Amino acid sequence: MAIKPLERFCDLANAARNAAGGGNDGKTIIQVGNATCENAAGSRAVLLEFRKHLEASGRRDIELREVGCTGRCSCEPIVGILTPGRALIKYESVDLEKAHRIFTSHVLDGQPVDDLILDDQPQYRSRHEIYVCGAPRCSEQEETSLFERFRAKLVQRDIPGEEAKVLRANCMGLCDMQGGTVGTHILILPARIVYRARHEADLDRIIDTHIVGGKIVEDLRVQQEPLSQRFFEQYGDQSFFNQQTRLAMRNAGIINPESIDAYLTVDGFAALAKVLNGADPNQVIETMLASKLRGRGGGGYPTGTKWQNCAREQNETKYIICNADEGDPGAFMDRSMLESDPFSVIEGMLIGGYAIGASQGYFYVRAEYPLAIKRLEKAIAQMHERGFLGKDILGSGFNFDVEIRLGAGAFVCGEETALIHSIEGQRGEPRIRPPYPSTSGLFGKPTVINNVETFANVPVVILYGASWFSRLGTPGSGGTKVFALAGKVRHTGLIEVPMGTTLRQIVFEIGGGIEGGKRIKAIQTGGPAGGCLPAKWLDTPVDFDTLAKAGSIMGSGGMIVMDEDDCMVDIARYFLSFSQDESCGKCTPCREGSTRMLEILQRITEGKGVPEDLVKLKRLGNLMKKASLCGLGRAASNPVLSTITHFLDEYEAHIVHKKCPAHKCVALIHYEIDAEACTGCTACARKCPVSCISGERKKPHVIDQSLCIKCGQCFNVCRFDAVKRM
Amino acid sequence: MSSETITITLDGQSVEVPAGISIMDAAERFGIRIPRLCYHPDLSLAGSCRVCIVEVEGMAHYMASCSVQCWEGMKVRTNSPDIREARRDIVELLLDNHNMDCQACERDGHCELQNLAYSMGVRERLFEGRRKQLEGDSSSVSVIRDPSRCILCGRCVRVCAEIQGVHNLHRHGRGFETVVSPANQEPMDESVCIQCGQCINVCPTAAFLEKSATEQVWAALADPKKHVVVQTAPSIRAAIAEGFGLPPGTPSTEKMVCALRHLGFDAVFDTNFGADLTIVEEAHEFIQRLGGKGPLPLLTSCSPGWISFLEKFYPELIPNASSCRSPMSMTSALTKSYYARQKGIDPDDIYMVAVMPCVAKKYEAARPEHVMENGKPYTDAVLTTRELIWMIKSWGIDYWTLPNIEFWNLPNDEFDSPLGLSSGASDIFGTTGGVMEATLRTAIETLTGEPHGKIDFEMVRGVEGVKEAELEIAGKTIRIAVANGLVNAKSVLDAVLSGEKVFHVIEVMACPGGCIGGGGQPYPPSGYKVLDPELLRLRASALYQIDAEKKLRRSHENPAIRKLYDEFLEKPGSEVAHQLLHTTYRPRTPRGIQL
Repeated sequence: MAIKPLERFCDLANAARNAAGGGNDGKTIIQVGNATCENAAGSRAVLLEFRKHLEASGRRDIELREVGCTGRCSCEPIVGILTPGRALIKYESVDLEKAHRIFTSHVLDGQPVDDLILDDQPQYRSRHEIYVCGAPRCSEQEETSLFERFRAKLVQRDIPGEEAKVLRANCMGLCDMQGGTVGTHILILPARIVYRARHEADLDRIIDTHIVGGKIVEDLRVQQEPLSQRFFEQYGDQSFFNQQTRLAMRNAGIINPESIDAYLTVDGFAALAKVLNGADPNQVIETMLASKLRGRGGGGYPTGTKWQNCAREQNETKYIICNADEGDPGAFMDRSMLESDPFSVIEGMLIGGYAIGASQGYFYVRAEYPLAIKRLEKAIAQMHERGFLGKDILGSGFNFDVEIRLGAGAFVCGEETALIHSIEGQRGEPRIRPPYPSTSGLFGKPTVINNVETFANVPVVILYGASWFSRLGTPGSGGTKVFALAGKVRHTGLIEVPMGTTLRQIVFEIGGGIEGGKRIKAIQTGGPAGGCLPAKWLDTPVDFDTLAKAGSIMGSGGMIVMDEDDCMVDIARYFLSFSQDESCGKCTPCREGSTRMLEILQRITEGKGVPEDLVKLKRLGNLMKKASLCGLGRAASNPVLSTITHFLDEYEAHIVHKKCPAHKCVALIHYEIDAEACTGCTACARKCPVSCISGERKKPHVIDQSLCIKCGQCFNVCRFDAVKRM
Repeated sequence: MSSETITITLDGQSVEVPAGISIMDAAERFGIRIPRLCYHPDLSLAGSCRVCIVEVEGMAHYMASCSVQCWEGMKVRTNSPDIREARRDIVELLLDNHNMDCQACERDGHCELQNLAYSMGVRERLFEGRRKQLEGDSSSVSVIRDPSRCILCGRCVRVCAEIQGVHNLHRHGRGFETVVSPANQEPMDESVCIQCGQCINVCPTAAFLEKSATEQVWAALADPKKHVVVQTAPSIRAAIAEGFGLPPGTPSTEKMVCALRHLGFDAVFDTNFGADLTIVEEAHEFIQRLGGKGPLPLLTSCSPGWISFLEKFYPELIPNASSCRSPMSMTSALTKSYYARQKGIDPDDIYMVAVMPCVAKKYEAARPEHVMENGKPYTDAVLTTRELIWMIKSWGIDYWTLPNIEFWNLPNDEFDSPLGLSSGASDIFGTTGGVMEATLRTAIETLTGEPHGKIDFEMVRGVEGVKEAELEIAGKTIRIAVANGLVNAKSVLDAVLSGEKVFHVIEVMACPGGCIGGGGQPYPPSGYKVLDPELLRLRASALYQIDAEKKLRRSHENPAIRKLYDEFLEKPGSEVAHQLLHTTYRPRTPRGIQL
């Protein structure tokens, strides 16, 4: 009897664990991010610096580990130090000098460098970090929040912050894993103990026995390792991450993305082995259907249904494609996932290929992602070496191979039929559907196209089960969603939250609120084709259906937060200019309509708008929405239509009063000097590039409006708030 | 399409339609012609202009009726205030980015965009803005490309690829900057364009036009030193009447000859004469090759678009092509030799104008193979049927009353000697299968040695893309094939090259239907679409009618041809015949492609 796939996998996984030195026990680990943004911020030099120090120290118990992207864009390069018995500590904006300090003080002497710690929050370094699950679903079962009570009890007992700290976490993925018993899960690090607390008395016992007594409360303990434990343990970035639930990005920033051994040590390919070990392809599809996983590329089409449609086609040749042609401005979910954890995406594709009966997969990656492409190539080569790709994978008889195709940067090639044309070597233009790709796709064969994030979720669904996955989201949509959080929030970056998390939670609890204490005005979701939701809709739970109902879209996960300084007309103009530029030119409403709408918006922002322009914008916007050939054209007018709906007053201000309330539209603002506030310091006059500011020293200055180019330099340079932007 | 029917609700009426039918076709069955632009029944579905949109209940978006199949229970509304407004706005958007010099446009009155704008009610312009600024391309001797008039329906792209198999035209750039042009935006004359002009025919506006020669012809006619001779191709007489509102399929030889005399041509010759001569020479060549002298199958060489295609895409088959010049070039060569000598005119003083159904003839006339010894061309100017129609209108000739007005005391309504008399075999040159039929009429007599052989060869008639037949001639089985439209020619040639099929002679015409569907023919009259098989059938029937009404039905029986050989050419295939009536070809593979 031949060895079964599962057995073969276990051998491979064990070998990998042994090669990795039996885990992290007793070792100090230095994590340095290695992804496009991190590298751009200087992480390569930091890595070399640590390597130099490490070699000079001669220490064998310290490991320097390259990991992918952790998602904290604004604070890169980020370095994490994991010492035995302690939770991870992260440092932000590390340079060579800081690397030196971190190495000598923290790594060698065990003294964290407080002033360099990420988010300036050394107080989080407690002896016991207590994470209380705060997922909406669990807290509903409690009358008052256990989190608050736990916190109160610590204060009552006079237990100081250095001893124990209670943190609210988002769903840790523990619910229902043991049959739906009621209770709130509490994870304590670095002990890696999970308790399920049902009553207030349970909290007392945890405090008495565990926190104070240092012993484990065995009868409250839950044995399963939470999926996110690894994550909490190794991220050390609580302010940003404890409100997240990372499934698709479960390994991002934790493992070395260029090492198949690293992937194998974190249950990599376990889902594939499970499937190949004799699972009926239909059963795999049933699992996907039950999981309510919906396409993460933007369409939100149920993945299981897509697979089912393709699986039903009678055709010997089928294809499966991973759409990594990420093109939304400011979106980098796909890039980050491919750079940080390429194996999980390929694993998801393999499972899909097995389910639909395809033996050839294509990665369609935009050529502007060289590191992602390099890592995919490396991953594919390593998978071939270990027998996870090629003929007779894990001895299961299943054959599968992957090819990478590079996109030339056309946004529309993210549309599935245009993408297929592009792979076929034709002009990247959408075509009419039906036939859908599941019937007639690449080279006329039945084809499934899924997004990177969708594939990354597949192994999780298989490993942890469909019902668990579906419970993580909303009734209509299972699991989590990755967003590229950008704009005026304090913490920008890549985040992942369960479907149904509200915009408010994302902006304020993860994003840390608006920078500079300004008021939030709107949130734009879904990339250039999404809509702008006003601040009053902050409590909207995020999923495909609710966002669509609100007049926006989920899209591939762009999320831009805007404050009172953002002009909504200008924002609409910006997004439309993107879509107009990226229109393929095939169908009339998109090609011509977007151009005309852009002209009108341009007019309005220049103060040349007339009231009929609003009627025309709506008319053209609706025409594009209803009559365009593909999704790009149909959604391109969303930013305009949604801002007209929610911010009509701003349009009217531009058109009727010729004012830009946010002072953003250059043609509609001017600068004046307040004679009373002006001290005559001459700073503005010296800075003015066109010399249009005049005045004697120590006397009020004046701007010659006929010469002013409205660059705003005087406004920025004035220390007395005398220059007014009107 | 299966015989199964389904029930749909069309504008509130429950109707039965065949399963698999498109919404557009279903509506047409009940008298509703949904407006359309990029759609063409012979081309693949693009669904890109969005003019034919309809409302389908339950769908969030309008659907392009050309490309959506009806389903059981579908509820369609072809008209509603919203749909009417959307269609109107789409057409206006096209107009807004279109070069609006309608009155100065050659296509004025035949423009589909103009008609649509009228019927959709674009009476005011709501969305006007900037227009694309794109340079035109007049590098080709035959076809002018004017992207300022292009509305990107893509019909030219599809006709070039799907009907002609050339794939020369593509969309370049994207969005508002999209432009249709040859690969890499190369000039037309450096591209693989075979100059057939089908892009002109299918264009709803005038983004493609023939390069006009009318100015040169006017100038020659006005030049007293020039002896201006005109010849008209067989298919002109079958189509020219459409330009003056006469029903398609009206034979119009006499009116046409009369009109040409009105215009002031010094001699009006008939390309048909050259066609008869071609048959005699080509039949001779064929019989020679049957006897083992030269490769088979013999490929006909009358169609310059086809010859260009052969040189570009099938250079390995060049030896198979008949070395005969086309009827046009034979007629021109004889005009500037035989006729010039007869009349005592210096050939350089003759200005030879050819009226052709074809824009590729402009290219043929300019080929270096078709020049006199002094380097001057045999054919000085080529006019398309459309250009001649325009000249007649421009001159103010009342075509309807011709030829009954004797005001000018014009000699008659017959072609001039010595290059005017023709057999019926030459008339049918203008339709697909005609050259084959004419060849057979002559070749059978020559091969069997028996006069009065078979006249009508129904097996090669009709506008189908490919016709194949087998004939027993003098105890020999002769396999023939007739192809029109180069994609069809491609399939025949590929079968020959792969050895799958064996033929002795293959007739190829570049354009659908042969010359009657040429790139220079009149724009379809109202009620007919471009490349309409019914229109082609009517034009062909006019030619067969002319043929049937003639006493002279076989080329070799043409006494003028016999006289020509007796007086000038000696015998078919003679040295002088070779010099004047035959030509050579060479590979012209696309740039960067090595043989």
